Amino acid sequence: MARQNDIKYLANTRIQNREKKYCRFKKMGIKYVDYKDAEFLKKFLNEQGKMLPRRISGNSLKFQRKVAHAIKKARQMALLPYVTDLLK
Amino acid sequence: MTTEVKLQHYELMLIFTPILSEDEYKAAQQKYIDLVTNSGGIAGNANPWGMKSLAYPIQKKTTGLYFVLEFQAGTDFNTKLEVQINRDETVMRHMVTKLDKYAVIYNNRHRGAKAENKADATNELEPQPIETTNDLLENNSNEDNG
Repeated sequence: MARQNDIKYLANTRIQNREKKYCRFKKMGIKYVDYKDAEFLKKFLNEQGKMLPRRISGNSLKFQRKVAHAIKKARQMALLPYVTDLLK
Repeated sequence: MTTEVKLQHYELMLIFTPILSEDEYKAAQQKYIDLVTNSGGIAGNANPWGMKSLAYPIQKKTTGLYFVLEFQAGTDFNTKLEVQINRDETVMRHMVTKLDKYAVIYNNRHRGAKAENKADATNELEPQPIETTNDLLENNSNEDNG
């Protein structure tokens, strides 16, 4: 029984309280990711203009792929930078 | 027997050089609209964004004149269009995107929202898709803290 208690303290207690991530596209019913809307796509970029992984954004695979395509198109058309500092 | 050409939905985005005058910009837009209609396509919504700063310099220029045109055309049209664009020295960059059914719905709704805003003319409401995305931003910032 002592063992279970040890595990309790070793584990990060914050993890238990954390909200489960969800795919915002599925939740909001967005079916098309627009490459022209640069302000929206910036939510999936970090400060250097790199794309956030699914681990952080919580997107489903289907929409992560669509977001990735949209971001790459926006970059080609100079709506988003390829590399930068302090994007936000 | 009539061979009906099946039209596909596309969207053309062009970046013209910022050197163009107002009239030249309009003439250049009209040129591509005519090109679509003359080759059996249907030119849909044309949306000149006007002068916009680029995220990075293209041909040593930091601004560009954006132009977005939705159109329907046969599948053989895009090669013709590309030849024309490559000949045109005023175009700095171009992109043709194939629109799926959701994209067509999205664009129609987006345009409808914009038209309503223009009709109101007093309040500068954002089109609806952006409103929803703002809600999401709040959720996102919460997640980052956690």
